[in-house]
Amino acid sequence: MRGPWTERLFSALLQAPGTDIEVDDLAVGAHGALQDHDLQLALYVAYELHYATIEGVDDRWEWSPSLLGFRQTAERHFDRAVEELVPDCALQGTTDVGGALQRLVGGDEGPPLSRFVEARATREQVLEHVIHRSAYQLKEADPHSWAIPRLSGAAKAALLEIQFDEYGEGKPERMHSFLFAETMRGLGLDASYGAYLEQLPGITLATVNLMSGFALHRRRRGAIVGHLAAFEMTSSIPNRRYGNALRRLGYGPDVTDFYDEHVEADAVHENIAAWDLAGALARAEPQLAREILFGAYALLALEGLWAERLLDCWREGASSLLGPVASAEHSVR
Amino acid sequence: MSSSDTPPGVTITPYRDGPYLVRGSFEVLDQDGNQIPLSRRTIALCRCGKSRMRPFCDGTHKLAGFQAPGRAEELPGPPDANPGAPECRRAR
Repeated sequence: MRGPWTERLFSALLQAPGTDIEVDDLAVGAHGALQDHDLQLALYVAYELHYATIEGVDDRWEWSPSLLGFRQTAERHFDRAVEELVPDCALQGTTDVGGALQRLVGGDEGPPLSRFVEARATREQVLEHVIHRSAYQLKEADPHSWAIPRLSGAAKAALLEIQFDEYGEGKPERMHSFLFAETMRGLGLDASYGAYLEQLPGITLATVNLMSGFALHRRRRGAIVGHLAAFEMTSSIPNRRYGNALRRLGYGPDVTDFYDEHVEADAVHENIAAWDLAGALARAEPQLAREILFGAYALLALEGLWAERLLDCWREGASSLLGPVASAEHSVR
Repeated sequence: MSSSDTPPGVTITPYRDGPYLVRGSFEVLDQDGNQIPLSRRTIALCRCGKSRMRPFCDGTHKLAGFQAPGRAEELPGPPDANPGAPECRRAR
């Protein structure tokens, strides 16, 4: 089912680049921009033009003014919704950004998603969790790479130290996005890029749009750095639990490798990200300290809403995905 | 920074409230002299003692509330504590 945002965008993308896209009458759904599947999917696809070729869409759409105007309209709604989630008190501690990040992450009481998955999730729920994450993990690290030319000196070196590891240290088969695809295949899921996009609720797409938005606007380089720091700082322990969940369900190393790799990798990355990357950026550009914390907090807040959605659906015995991702489909492949 | 003019082959850095990061060209051996396989260039060694994959860090120090400075401690004297900050809860 299409809403006005995707309807407007998708019909334009099938025409010649530059075709007008009317935006004046586009509004946000009753549940707000973060939960608006239609708006978030349109924004996701608008950003996607920067990442990959979309079948049937002329690549020149990427920099078409009408596309950028459309994207900006969606971004305005999205940015406002994110700003409303971030309280001013979260942005303090700007002279010691590494320490402030530690306190932010340490004080965050997100919903206990990884604990639930580790101990109790059914096979179907674990598969759903993987499907949600595929919106990002199949292009893991790519959004943050856009920050590389926007940083300099120590912060740039630190980001590259992390990214080199994310991309497998020169070994494509160790690239984290590849490991995730292996996990999907091992679970009988479709690992092709974007296969489940239409089944993902707005808040799932919002977690990815958040990083694409931060990454594609140079003025938001502080926020993408803060996002990466908080992402790495909240990764090791949940990933150990997700690996345990798969082991509990009888899966072997071919499926758990992605999660086990992240326990060790992110125990390294989180220190580099908080101190060498975020800390160095705040020293080089002190006016960005607040933005770094904004990016970190926005990640925690959106991940929290996303986790809440999964747990709420599962508590009611419902699927957390949109529409029928036929459970049969899981085992067919 | 290195104290000599020759760049060191290996650096070991304690991170605040976190592990030791080891960078450079090195091996990790068990006490019988066998090589412990490494899966990356930069590794994090457990400093809090609570990791479940020692000698490597698995992030458990955060659950344990481990605190330590990101530099050498001077004895005698208290370890440098994190400054307290007002608690900040997420707006719902």
